[in-house]
Amino acid sequence: MLALDFPPISHLIEWPDIFLKGNEWFAINKVVLLMFAAVAVVFGFYMTAARKASLVPTGVQNMAEVAVDFVRNDIILQGIGPDGLAFTPFLLTLFSFIFVGNLFEVIPGVQMPVNARMALPAFMAIIIWFIYHYVGIKHQGPLKYLKASTIPPGVPLAMLPLVAFIEFLQFLLLRPFSLAVRLFANMLAGHLLLVTFAVLTAALFKATYIGAAAPLALLIALTGFEVLVAFLQAFIFTILAAVYIGGAMHPEH
Amino acid sequence: MFHVLATLHMLLAQQGPGELQKGLTAIGRGIVYGGAAIGPGIGIGLVVGNAITAMARQPEAAGMVRTTMFLGIAFTEALALFGFVLAFIVAG
Repeated sequence: MLALDFPPISHLIEWPDIFLKGNEWFAINKVVLLMFAAVAVVFGFYMTAARKASLVPTGVQNMAEVAVDFVRNDIILQGIGPDGLAFTPFLLTLFSFIFVGNLFEVIPGVQMPVNARMALPAFMAIIIWFIYHYVGIKHQGPLKYLKASTIPPGVPLAMLPLVAFIEFLQFLLLRPFSLAVRLFANMLAGHLLLVTFAVLTAALFKATYIGAAAPLALLIALTGFEVLVAFLQAFIFTILAAVYIGGAMHPEH
Repeated sequence: MFHVLATLHMLLAQQGPGELQKGLTAIGRGIVYGGAAIGPGIGIGLVVGNAITAMARQPEAAGMVRTTMFLGIAFTEALALFGFVLAFIVAG
């Protein structure tokens, strides 16, 4: 009989404290260490790229310029427009940090996406919430901003109360919530998928040796797929942030 | 029919106190996630299908269409992900 006991979810994403054990606020576990590591990697990457900047880029500088170009052309110019270029540093940092944090999901020996815990995506979504409201109030004034974001143009009068209510809810609550949950649930789902196939491979290998080949092949393919998901989710989180900022900056007419 | 019910009753009577609840929770999770995946599945199909049509008609606009497609996927997919999260929350 195949002995397949899938570990409970809490064993897969909750880690024991490593430093400051038992401290309710500042205990440090694997996820927090990975968070620090992601910050260090992003910081180190861009510092190395910028330290010996040359006109004809080579090596690290080349990669960094590709990243900057990507955020500039595919995220900001698409999501906000030319007057959003002041947000390049913020959105580039956001994109790189999320991407590196997600990439920990597939790095052997680490294999824990930082964003599979709700705290980090929620925190980033709250930052973006504050930023786009600030931008909207600054660019349009509080009352005009509220009107522009809750009353879409061209809605029949009878439908207006309902539409305005939904839009108001959307702009105050649903946007940051869905932004955070999207990233969190995608990374959690990916992590669970990889764990499922790893557990299956191990159990089948123990029982039949040869039967493990199929789940192992799928596990390797899914690991490649998760790299794509890590990139895509970082991209989607950043471009949605850009779209929200752009929406606050330029009201619909 | 009666036999099925009688057998079910017998099986239920043999079980420990938490077993039934565990089984029902598992079924509930399946229904929650399965139900939440229907709409977004259709929606993402529509989004991507129409994006491919647009890209095939105007290959020079492919970049713009692709960005908008990912945005559309992200919005549609959010509902399925709520279901995914909810499936874990259902009955602890």
